Amino acid sequence: MQRLGEKYQSVEAFGWAARDSSGHLSPFVFSRRETGEEEVRVKVLYCGVCHSDLHCLKNEWHSSIYPLVPGHEIVGEVTEIGRKVSKFSIGDKIGVGCIVDSCRACESCREDQENYCTKSVATYNGVHYDGTVNYGGYSDHIVVDERYAVKIPHTLPLASAAPLLCAGISMYSPMKYFGLAGPGKHIGIVGLGGLGHIGVRFAKAFGSKVTVVSSTAGKSKDALEIFGADGFLVSTDEDQMQAAMGTMDGIIDTVSASHPILPLIGLLKPSGKLVLLGATEKPFDLHAFSLILGRKSIAGSAIGGIKETQEMINFAAEHGIKAEIETISMEYVNTAMDRLAKGDVRYRFVIDIANTLTVTRS
Amino acid sequence: MAKSSDQNKAFGWAANDKSGVLSPFHFSRRENGDDDVTVKILFCGVCHSDLHTIKNDWGFSHYPIIPGHEIVGIATKVGKNVTKFKEGDRVGVGVIIGSCQSCESCNQDLENYCPQLVYTYNSRSSDGTRNQGGYSDKIVVDQRFVLSFPDGLPSDSGAPLLCAGITVYSPMKYYGMTEEKGKHLGVSGLGGLGHIAVKIGKAFGLKVTVISRSSDKESEAIDRLGADSFLVTTDSQKMKDSFGTMDFVLDTVSAEHSLLPLFSLLKVNGKLVALGLPEKPLELPIFPLVLGRKMVGGSQIGGMKETQEMLDFCAKHNIVADIELIKMSDINSAMDRLAKSDVRYRFVIDVANSINSA
Repeated sequence: MQRLGEKYQSVEAFGWAARDSSGHLSPFVFSRRETGEEEVRVKVLYCGVCHSDLHCLKNEWHSSIYPLVPGHEIVGEVTEIGRKVSKFSIGDKIGVGCIVDSCRACESCREDQENYCTKSVATYNGVHYDGTVNYGGYSDHIVVDERYAVKIPHTLPLASAAPLLCAGISMYSPMKYFGLAGPGKHIGIVGLGGLGHIGVRFAKAFGSKVTVVSSTAGKSKDALEIFGADGFLVSTDEDQMQAAMGTMDGIIDTVSASHPILPLIGLLKPSGKLVLLGATEKPFDLHAFSLILGRKSIAGSAIGGIKETQEMINFAAEHGIKAEIETISMEYVNTAMDRLAKGDVRYRFVIDIANTLTVTRS
Repeated sequence: MAKSSDQNKAFGWAANDKSGVLSPFHFSRRENGDDDVTVKILFCGVCHSDLHTIKNDWGFSHYPIIPGHEIVGIATKVGKNVTKFKEGDRVGVGVIIGSCQSCESCNQDLENYCPQLVYTYNSRSSDGTRNQGGYSDKIVVDQRFVLSFPDGLPSDSGAPLLCAGITVYSPMKYYGMTEEKGKHLGVSGLGGLGHIAVKIGKAFGLKVTVISRSSDKESEAIDRLGADSFLVTTDSQKMKDSFGTMDFVLDTVSAEHSLLPLFSLLKVNGKLVALGLPEKPLELPIFPLVLGRKMVGGSQIGGMKETQEMLDFCAKHNIVADIELIKMSDINSAMDRLAKSDVRYRFVIDVANSINSA
């Protein structure tokens, strides 16, 4: 495939970017490359606001490149296709998630696990193979290789499908890989936020029993009544946690801040698995005894491959699974970020790009 | 309820406090019950756990303690319900001598994960008896927790299989290391567990790399134990070259050490099995787990069925421990040497020939 360089960034684009680690977003005119042979141009309709967007805007991982246009839960419509494109047609509704390229040759890529390719390229704040920095979905359109986009079935409402592209696959993938998806399995989900709430819906659709573990007692009603969880544990309530010890086949931990994992290991049955999704720089304390006495394990997981993302989307369409969202205008995004930092969202912001972005262009 | 009687006087060597010094100790075993087998002990392996326990390293030792859970002996009496064994049989007793026998784990032949499991020593049975281990002349055990020692497996060098052997065999099977030949296993630490892991790993057709702090044991590992390669953790270039090359790592080291280099050696989806029992928590770095879907898991010995399977496997493949046979009276100096890892690779006490009954 012909790789295009900077000089081919010739199509004007408009989005919102942060210029520094204050993370404050504002209108930003930039350009995107012309559509390559195997690429599609996508008019962005909706983009979910992921907590990673906030971490990255504030340079919390010390790798942010400014100006930074975040957004990796993108749903849009195909407006142009390269001449070798076979997966999509003009007018298709498609999704773009967290990665837009990978090396395509390593074992991970060959096994459809592009998410574990050490050379995978992030949708935003990633450096494309032609040396240009990628800008994400808080923008009017995006150009992407067809291999890294997925089709959105028409039965899925678009706005509430957007968070599936990151939050959804982040929960779906480990449930399947670690054998937690299915009747007879009891899954614990730690944290009822953007990822956690979708996780509950997937787990119930798989037929698993689900208990939410949260530090916020107030989320119990939503967990049980809206999302259908079977149980709710307040993690700071020692009696509740004690009573639930040894009851779970697996736990998916969505919490990204540093937190004690020993109580979570205690919730696992023998041979149980604790899957961590939030990577922190500070190591955790590993009490080896807690894993040895019970043959328990701790693993990590990060999103999923593209093939699996498509499988997840199809599964969501089949089972009517969507995110619980608060649709916002582009203009509201800074307020949304402040609220997100305080966990004040039920349960994912989604930016109505198509209807509210262009008006912000002065 | 089991009773002790004069008929069941026993003699062993016990530690009385956390100095860990062992000395002669008279006690009793229970009378042989209907489900029991009485074992005259021939040999007992010296496991590092014995040392940790007599020194109270883990904080739950109750003295006096007779350690020893790698026991090989001869059945001298069997209860009327005992069907698996008869007098004169060569038998083994390992790390556990009791469990609830009714929970999910027990019903799956995973007595080792029963919440009410009873260890061979430093434990109490449900009838209140304080259990004493294999540095003694005899032991009385429920038949469910007695193993048949296969013909062809020597009693002395086979004894360490009862703890060290099953401790590495069980996770190799559970974590999928034995499903395909040609997978690459790293064995971290070349001691009692590590050297047997190399032998069992090779018998399963794995490529085996020993990972060690120093190069002292390199030629032994390769020439005698059959490892394919040897990696010194302080050689940063060689370590870097090995990053992302191993499907599994068995970590047998109980001293404080960093897990980060071991995670780096793993491929994507790789598994680190933690078998060492350290005194303090280890640091668990999270990024390698998330970015490579890597895993750290634990494992504790194995169930009785699997332990028998392991013994039969080792008999078939001529796998035994490399041992240094010692007399009972040498046990304290052996413990001092064990603390410095000065043993190739397991002490075994020649109990029958050296334990004196005063």
